[in-house]
Amino acid sequence: MSLTYLTADPIDVASLIAETRPSDGALCLFVGVVRNENAGRETTAIEYQAYGSMAELEMAKLAEALTRDFPQVQVRMRHRIGRLAVGDASVAIAAVSPHRSEAFAACRAAIDRLKTTVPIWKKEFHPDGSSDWVDTSRRPDQGR
Amino acid sequence: MRVRLLHFASFRDAVGREEELRDFPEGSRVEELWAALAREVPLFARFAAMPPAAVNREYVPAGTVLRDGDEVAFLPPVAGG
Repeated sequence: MSLTYLTADPIDVASLIAETRPSDGALCLFVGVVRNENAGRETTAIEYQAYGSMAELEMAKLAEALTRDFPQVQVRMRHRIGRLAVGDASVAIAAVSPHRSEAFAACRAAIDRLKTTVPIWKKEFHPDGSSDWVDTSRRPDQGR
Repeated sequence: MRVRLLHFASFRDAVGREEELRDFPEGSRVEELWAALAREVPLFARFAAMPPAAVNREYVPAGTVLRDGDEVAFLPPVAGG
């Protein structure tokens, strides 16, 4: 399986930006990082697991949909899988456009849609050694 | 008819394996495969409705008819980002 959107290695934000056309005028960059808590419980690490081949397809579909909805914006996305420490980047999205409003809108749409359609899951590890899969059906993040 | 069933995240933990081959009668639908699993796996029996399903890496409706060799997965609530 060739990987375009998923990576087991640390996300190289500089190379993601280099894949776009920053000369267009506006570059909006979103980087999601592992937070130190969730729902009031301390988190020490997160393991991201993906249905890899389907996640690649869903992210390609997402990229196509973004191109349709934001024709002036070029979007590049990368999601990391495997075990990450607090502060590590789990996802990065670069949106480039002639003007900032479309770049912000496309970047926001990309992360919001990614969270609802791409088959990726995360298991949180806690200081006491326990761990659990994040159940977004019970704790939706509601676009925060 | 034989399908390849994949399990992920909390569903993988509940079933205890990453994937398996399953035989079903010709013409079986995705929802019938889920019903069969729900009879075996206590976690699945607690679901009021079938979770999102994928056949050959595409989201499909519950009534989708399965074919020999299909790759099927039932997906826990996704949590990327």
